[in-house]
Amino acid sequence: MALNLNPNFSEAGKRYFNAYTPADDFYELLINTHRDLSDEQSELLNARLILLLANHVGDIGTLREALKIAREGV
Amino acid sequence: MLKTYNYPKFEYRRPPEIASGKTLKVPLVVVGAGPVGLAAALDLQQQGLPVLLLDEDDTVSIGSRGVCYAKRALEILDRYGVGDAVCAKGVSWNVGRTFFREEEVYNFNLVPEPDHHRPGMVNLQQYYLEEYLAASAAARPEIELRWRNKVVSVAQNGRTVTLKVETEDGFYTVETDWLIAADGARSPIRRMLGLEVEGKIFMDRFLIADVVMKAEFPSERWFWFDPPFHPGQSVLLHRQTDSVYRIDFQLGWDADPEQAKKPENVLPRIKAMLGDEREFELEWVSVYTFQCRRMGRFNHGNVIFIGDAAHQVSPFGARGANSGLQDADNLGWKLKLVISGLAPAALLDSYSEERIYAADENLLNSTRSTDFITPKSKVSRTFRNAVLGLAKDHAFGRALVNSGRLSVPAFLTTSSLNTPDCAGDAFSCRMVPGAPMDDAPVVENGVDGWLHNKVGQRFTALYFADDPQQLDAATIEALSSLSCGGIAVQPLVISRREGSVGGNIQHLVDARGVAARRYDAQPGTVYLLRPDQHVAARWRGLDVAKIKSAVAKATCNA
Ligand SMILES: Cc1cc2nc3c(=O)[nH]c(=O)nc-3n(C[C@H](O)[C@H](O)[C@H](O)COP(=O)(O)OP(=O)(O)OC[C@H]3O[C@@H](n4cnc5c(N)ncnc54)[C@H](O)[C@@H]3O)c2cc1C
Repeated sequence: MALNLNPNFSEAGKRYFNAYTPADDFYELLINTHRDLSDEQSELLNARLILLLANHVGDIGTLREALKIAREGV
Repeated sequence: MLKTYNYPKFEYRRPPEIASGKTLKVPLVVVGAGPVGLAAALDLQQQGLPVLLLDEDDTVSIGSRGVCYAKRALEILDRYGVGDAVCAKGVSWNVGRTFFREEEVYNFNLVPEPDHHRPGMVNLQQYYLEEYLAASAAARPEIELRWRNKVVSVAQNGRTVTLKVETEDGFYTVETDWLIAADGARSPIRRMLGLEVEGKIFMDRFLIADVVMKAEFPSERWFWFDPPFHPGQSVLLHRQTDSVYRIDFQLGWDADPEQAKKPENVLPRIKAMLGDEREFELEWVSVYTFQCRRMGRFNHGNVIFIGDAAHQVSPFGARGANSGLQDADNLGWKLKLVISGLAPAALLDSYSEERIYAADENLLNSTRSTDFITPKSKVSRTFRNAVLGLAKDHAFGRALVNSGRLSVPAFLTTSSLNTPDCAGDAFSCRMVPGAPMDDAPVVENGVDGWLHNKVGQRFTALYFADDPQQLDAATIEALSSLSCGGIAVQPLVISRREGSVGGNIQHLVDARGVAARRYDAQPGTVYLLRPDQHVAARWRGLDVAKIKSAVAKATCNA
C-alpha cells in the first residue's frame, strides 16, 4: 500500500461545506489532546500515538516510507 | 491624516428637539454608523421602515482596520447599493504565498469560481466601505442620519426604549419601539444595560502598519512564519487600494505597544522585510490586542445587538465586518415582519440563534487560525513547524497550514426556520435547507444578470422548468397564487429554454444550466428562498400548501 500524501481527513456522518474543515478539525483535536501536559508528557503522548497509528496502518512497507519522509525533513 | 485618503466630514445639524424640548418618538433607532449600523439602516429602509441612525462621530473608520470583504458580503452590499463601488475600488488578489523561515514553502492561486457575479473577496480599506455606505444611506430620505449625536443613557421600560442623546448644543430624549445596537466592540449600550459579553482575549499583540509602495509591488498575499527579519513571530502582507499595503507584525504579549509603534522601531522592521532598496512611505501604525467573544444572546426584548457589539473575532479570516453585514441581512426582514404584525416576536429569537450559530463558527475558525499562527506551547509549535516543513512537498501538509480561513457564510443547517427535505425528495447538492444561496448567471428579458440580484428582501419560490411554454395553466395559477396573502411569496420561473411564461410571472433563463446544476434541479423542482437569500425549503414538485407551511415555519407562524 503506497503512503497517501494527499489530504485524507474526514469523519463518518459529518457533512463538510468547506474543504478546510476536516484537516482543521483533526489539528485542533491533536493540539487539544496535549493541553496542560508538560513537555515530557507531550513527548510520551506523541510516542504512544505513533505506536497506535503504526499498528493500525500495519503495512511495514508503508511505514518505512513514512519513516523515511519524516526523517528526511529533520 | 493619511496621504492617500481624505476623511470625509459629515455635517452635524442641530437637532430640532433641543430647541423644542420635545421627546422625539420614532419606531426604530440604530445606534452606530460603522459598517454594520449603516448596513442595518439600509436593510431596514429597503424593508420600508423609517430609520433614525445616530453616531457620536462625524467621519468614517479611522486608520487601518477591515481589509478583506468576501463574496457573501459583496452580494449583500449589492442590495445596499454599494457592491459595484466596492468592487471597482477594491483590489482583487489570487496568489497567496506562504513562507517558513528563509524559504517559500508553497503558493496557491485562488482562481475565482466561474459563473459567480462577485469574486471570492476584494481588499479595500474599511474607510472606503463606510464612505460608500454612508453615501447610499444619505441618498435615502427614510434614513435620518445624525452625526455627532452620542447616546449617553438607555432605559428599557416595557415596550419602549428611552435614549438620552448628547450633542454639542445640549441633550434631547428619544423614545423608540426598537433599538438596534451597532455601537461596536466596546458597546456603551451593552454596558449601560448591564449585559455581559463572554470570551477570551488573545495574549498577543499585533503591530498594524499601512505603507504606500513607491514602486510596483505584486497584488499578492504573503504570509511568513518565523521569518529571519522577525524571528519567532508571524508577518502578513496584504495589498489594499491606492498602492497601500497592510502589514501585520505579530509582536508577542511582552512587547511594549508604545515602543513598538514608534517610527524608529517600525521603519527598520519594514525595511528588513522588503529589502532595503524598495521605497515606501509609512501611512498608519497602531498596535492591537484581539478578543474572541460574544454575548450569550443577541436580542434582549426590544434591544437587538449586531456586529462587533454582539461578537468579536480575531482578524485572521476577515470575519468581523463580513459577519456583521450578515447580521444586518438576517435581521432586517425579521424585524419588518414583527413590526408589521405578520410574525410573532419569537422570530427575533431566531435572529439570535442563527447569528450565534454563525458567530460560533467564526470564533472557531479564527481561534484555530490564531492557534496555528501563534502556538501556545512547545509541542504545538513543534507540530506547526512540522506541518510547514511537510507542506513544501506534500499536499496533505498544505491542507493543514492555517494562516486564516477566508470568511464564508454559515450554512444554517440546524435552524428552526428550516423545513427539512421530504423523505422522497432526494437532492445531491450543497443547497440544503439553511444554505446561503449559490449564485448563477441568468438572462431576463434578453439582458444578462445574476440570480442573487433577482431575489432577496422577500420570500421567493424559485420554480425550475425546461421549456417555459410548456407550463400548464394549473402550474401558472398555483405560482401566481403565492403572491397573495399575508406574507407574499414572489414566484420566479427559471427555465433552460427561452420563451415566455403566462400570467405575468417573472422569468429567468438559465441558458447553460449552471443554476440547475448548482441546485441539482429537475423540471418541477422548487426552492423557497428567504428574504436574506438562504434556502428555507425545497421540493421535487410544486405544492402550494407545502410552500405556505414552509413560509409559516420560516416566520415562526407554524
Ligand atoms: C486590525 C483589524 C483588522 C480587521 N480586518 C478585517 C477584515 O479584513 N475583514 C472584516 O470583515 N473585518 C475586519 N476587522 C473587523 C472590522 O473592523 C469590524 O468587525 C467592524 O468595524 C465592525 O463594525 P461595527 O459597525 O459593528 O462596529 P464599529 O465599526 O466599531 O462601529 C461602531 C460605531 O458606533 C459608534 N458609537 C459608539 N458608541 C456610540 C454612542 N454611544 N453613541 C453613538 N454612536 C456610538 C462609533 O462612532 C462607530 O461609528 C478588522 C478589525 C481590526 C481591528
